[in-house]
Amino acid sequence: MQKVKEFDDYSFRFNVTFIRVILLMFALAAICIVVVRFIYGLHAVTNLNDSWPWGLWIGFDVMCGVALAGGGYGTALLVHVLRIKSLRPVARGAMLTSLIGYLLVMIGLFLDIGRWWNFWRPFVSWGHDSILFEVFWCISAYTIIQVLEFGEILTERIFRKLHRFFVTIFPVLIIVGVAIPMMHQASLGGLYLLMDGRLHPLWWSPMIFVFFLLSSFFVGPAMIMLESAISSRALGHQTPLNTLRLLARIGGVAMLIYLVLRIADLFLHNNIGLVFGEEYECIAFRVEIVIGLIVPIIIIFSPLSGHRFWLIIYGICASFGVFLNRLNVVVIGMSREMGSFYYPSIYEILVSVGLVAAGILVYLFICENFKIIEE
Amino acid sequence: MSKGVLVNLTKCIGCGGCTVACKMYNNNKWIDKRAPASGENAQLADENWTIIKKFKLYKNGNTQVWRFVKNQCLHCQSPSCVSACFAKALQKKDNGAVVYFPDNCVGCRYCMLACPFKIPKFEWNKAMPVITKCVMCYGRMKENKAPACVSVCPESVMKFGDRDELLEEAKVIIKNNSMYVKHIYGEEEAGGTSWIYISDVPFEKIGFNTNVVKKPLPIYTSLYMKCTPIFGAIWVIVLTAFYFITKRRNVIKNESCELSYKKSVDECADNKLSQEANTVKSDDVFVNAGQKKRRK
Repeated sequence: MQKVKEFDDYSFRFNVTFIRVILLMFALAAICIVVVRFIYGLHAVTNLNDSWPWGLWIGFDVMCGVALAGGGYGTALLVHVLRIKSLRPVARGAMLTSLIGYLLVMIGLFLDIGRWWNFWRPFVSWGHDSILFEVFWCISAYTIIQVLEFGEILTERIFRKLHRFFVTIFPVLIIVGVAIPMMHQASLGGLYLLMDGRLHPLWWSPMIFVFFLLSSFFVGPAMIMLESAISSRALGHQTPLNTLRLLARIGGVAMLIYLVLRIADLFLHNNIGLVFGEEYECIAFRVEIVIGLIVPIIIIFSPLSGHRFWLIIYGICASFGVFLNRLNVVVIGMSREMGSFYYPSIYEILVSVGLVAAGILVYLFICENFKIIEE
Repeated sequence: MSKGVLVNLTKCIGCGGCTVACKMYNNNKWIDKRAPASGENAQLADENWTIIKKFKLYKNGNTQVWRFVKNQCLHCQSPSCVSACFAKALQKKDNGAVVYFPDNCVGCRYCMLACPFKIPKFEWNKAMPVITKCVMCYGRMKENKAPACVSVCPESVMKFGDRDELLEEAKVIIKNNSMYVKHIYGEEEAGGTSWIYISDVPFEKIGFNTNVVKKPLPIYTSLYMKCTPIFGAIWVIVLTAFYFITKRRNVIKNESCELSYKKSVDECADNKLSQEANTVKSDDVFVNAGQKKRRK
């Protein structure tokens, strides 16, 4: 019996199911495309060109990836800094998703930059007037911090001697690990400050970085709704309803503030008339606001929030809203200025899908082998 | 001294000599099939750092006229691309040139997005690409020579000199001659550019973007980046404060639990019970989940 237990302690398991095999195939397809991209250049696999220097990989993999992974710092703030006890059950899961999300963002960025062998240059050649400089430093630093935070979980099972060390430094990691992502979530929006007069006024605002920060905060709870739904199916674990509801409420308040600020901002710059316009930008804006903000706000502040099903709808709507917001900023809001429209190529989409698939596989593997969801 | 070039578009005959000089000095290839360097379809590209674009338009009613517009990097006074670059691969030099240093470049292409004139281009077809753009023949400028394109122009369309003096000269020209449009392109565009243009036909009709923001864009980023460290520090302090406040609050809660024994003994017991119940429950779930999987 003793022997069996020891064996159990040191071996890792991974259930292979049909869906997981499919995910694995997507990930492998992405790797093949990536090889082609590195040999023949970006033109071979992407639809990017001189008028569209940034496309799906920045718009989705990086912008959305970072935003959707924002649940990590949000829950770290609520659970470890503000110590809201009832939210504890989701903390580890959310922070793990965040870590995986950031690693995927790093991979996505690495694929997208043209001169990847120079990726370390900004560490030594400081272009400190650039907002991208802050984004780069913060994302790198935060990824390292998250790996260290994960060290606390990892050393529960392997390298146990280091566990005490990680527990000791955990508070410092948490505090720095909340401050840094707040800075760069804002800066990702700040990147578009330079597009004054070019990004469509429905999205451009001198406050755009505040919007990016707030939306990255409330998309966290929304993503946790989805994660808990997936993990209850895949891993047979149900997060308490009250935890989810409280979390979604907190997200709902942030959404309300965000909605009011955005409308106020439109009034302030006399752009409110554009909301009711006929152009495709106006339609995209309305979809973003109605599905991404108004519907989830209604759900969460009505009796519907007592049902798991509606909480999942809330999660889907709010995440989709933020996803659409980032795509609106990167693609739709810029299209009139660029004079042409950009469609991602099938390969760009496949790589993005492959990255997400790989992320899900890693998440499932870690959940099955470390104490993540049952804490 | 910040140098500049005054382009008098009324003088250009469209010979394209400047584009040839540019390619020769900078070792760029001819890619006429993909992107010609002169003519009606001329466009800036990785190998075309300057182009002469031909426009047919009507002036004063029915007279059709041809105009040839030279396009290249305008070398802004406060360039967006430089403020966008996070690795100092693009730098504004004292003599006015905005120069590219590929060794620092990561290839993120934020400069392409940041440029309000859409000047920087990228080698999409190469495995080891670079950003490309006119660098105002920086090598020649260091020797106090005019850029290659300026020096070969047979019609003296372009004049190289001190930017402020050229601006004064341009003002005098358009003031004294009613033929010119009363606008100097580049005087205020994007906060002012080193290359400035005067023309006898409206600029928007010959491919110039006249909606460019007038203020220098880097003011946004420099302000933002100045505030960032302060905000970062404030965040850390606030979070640390909260961390200890909530910690203390929990301690007080537990102490009061122990002190007011009579009142809270039930509560404490309840807490403990519920905690135990929770752990048991979660263990159960874990075991159950494990069993389920094994059964499968």
